[in-house]
Amino acid sequence: MVEVKHVSKTYGSKKVIENLSVDIQPGKITSFIGSNGAGKSTLLSMLSRLISKDEGQVLLHGRDIHSIKPNDLAKELSILKQSNHIDLRIQVRDLISFGRFPYSQGRLTKEDWVEINKAIHYMELEEIQERYIDELSGGQLQRAYIAMIIAQDTDYVMLDEPLNNLDMKHSVQIMKSLRKMVEEMGKTAVIVIHDINFASCYSDRIVALKHGEIVREGPTEEMINSEMLKEVYDMDIPVQLINGERICLHFK
Amino acid sequence: MDIGGLTSQQQEILLVSRIPRLLSILIAGMSMSVIGFIMQQLSRNKFVSPTTAGTMDSARLGILAALILFPTASMLMKVSIAFVFALAGTFLFMKILDRIKFKDTIFIPLVGLMFGNIVGSLTTFIAYRFDMIQSIGSWLQGDFSMIVKGRYELLYLSIPALILAYFYANRFTIAGMGKDFASNLGLQYKQIVNIGLVIVAFVSSIVLLTVGSLPFLGLIIPNIVSIYQGDHLQKNLLHTALLGALFVLVCDILGRVLIFPYEISIGLTVGVLGSGIFLFLLLRRNAYAS
Repeated sequence: MVEVKHVSKTYGSKKVIENLSVDIQPGKITSFIGSNGAGKSTLLSMLSRLISKDEGQVLLHGRDIHSIKPNDLAKELSILKQSNHIDLRIQVRDLISFGRFPYSQGRLTKEDWVEINKAIHYMELEEIQERYIDELSGGQLQRAYIAMIIAQDTDYVMLDEPLNNLDMKHSVQIMKSLRKMVEEMGKTAVIVIHDINFASCYSDRIVALKHGEIVREGPTEEMINSEMLKEVYDMDIPVQLINGERICLHFK
Repeated sequence: MDIGGLTSQQQEILLVSRIPRLLSILIAGMSMSVIGFIMQQLSRNKFVSPTTAGTMDSARLGILAALILFPTASMLMKVSIAFVFALAGTFLFMKILDRIKFKDTIFIPLVGLMFGNIVGSLTTFIAYRFDMIQSIGSWLQGDFSMIVKGRYELLYLSIPALILAYFYANRFTIAGMGKDFASNLGLQYKQIVNIGLVIVAFVSSIVLLTVGSLPFLGLIIPNIVSIYQGDHLQKNLLHTALLGALFVLVCDILGRVLIFPYEISIGLTVGVLGSGIFLFLLLRRNAYAS
């Protein structure tokens, strides 16, 4: 289990996260939602040791993540940030093989290749595995990154806006494979997500942030309602049950 | 002893001049190309190389400092001082890079060139004051004609650095994917970058002191290799080294036959051919981008 205890983060004079505590429940998809600047990405980056925190602790199985050796932590917890510009031309297959780095330090063994091929198969990347990543579409690139995370084989998988710049089809594809990872492989996923309906349809738990604090958290079915949405987004958003899913009508 | 029917005089020329020259061409060509690749990965920019990041100019300032402060210093001592300066200069450039918000591919090497020129003008100024323009000038242009037995052996020191680079190749590529990417895989980003910069500064100083500068070599060779087989450093290292060695060898042969019996210095041939190819790559990239 990952426990966040009283963490705070200040940039300059601006408090981005203030005395925030949350437990990430294992074997579930937890979505962080909230408007721009609510501190979602900062929280995720602190959770996954990408940035330091000013106060508080993040515990993985009871141990402070900063006391765990980086290489060992990389076998337990992975984080994928929004893919910013990548100039390097490497093949999809090589990108995915980097996921095995914490295990083999770059000298890939037979078992590493088994894992890499499994990840390629899982994300259906067989046909483009020889392609260079700068030739891929946004959706393909995102799938390749997720395949790398699968090859990294960590219990905890954290994704910062995995649907950024993706069309509907690819967004659904990514969310479905995430669901599959959680259900079939027993992984725990934490995602920062903007599309409230994707959060509603695919996550088990929702953590709603506002001004660096948690407004509310809980199981998705208890969270997705007009009252909560009003509190988080300051908008009147009707919620309707369509095919058993809670859909937020936030367009008008 | 009789090697292939050579007279003893011919043997001596072979051993004292020809073989050392060939070896130094090969090693210098390999080293400069490989460290160019490392720099491009660490700075995440295809147009950064020891020439376009102030490394060479800082090393030259180091040599000047060594000449002024320790006129009797050995080659090894000079290399050490040049290394310290090259490292400091490259480090400073990377710091500037961190601060630049406008991360345009072409803009960054221009900043590097400007930075290098500032360091270069400082060197010229000091050299002028101490009446050492001539002695520092000999390090401005790469030149293999002065290479004889006993004057090039320092170059061998760059071979272990290249071997180290091979072992770190995957780490450099991962660091080239960004800090967050590297941290996710359990790598200490800063440490990897620092090791890379040390290798770059070390090799640059050695090549500068023995052969002189080979402008643009570390830029064009990695870019050519990158075009035909991507940026996976470990896979590319051998290609880069061989192509670099070949390129310098061809330039050297050209320099020797074009105005025979005189010789065009390697710095000039590499510079002219290299900047031509560099321009071609720039234009090609723009065409590709639009």
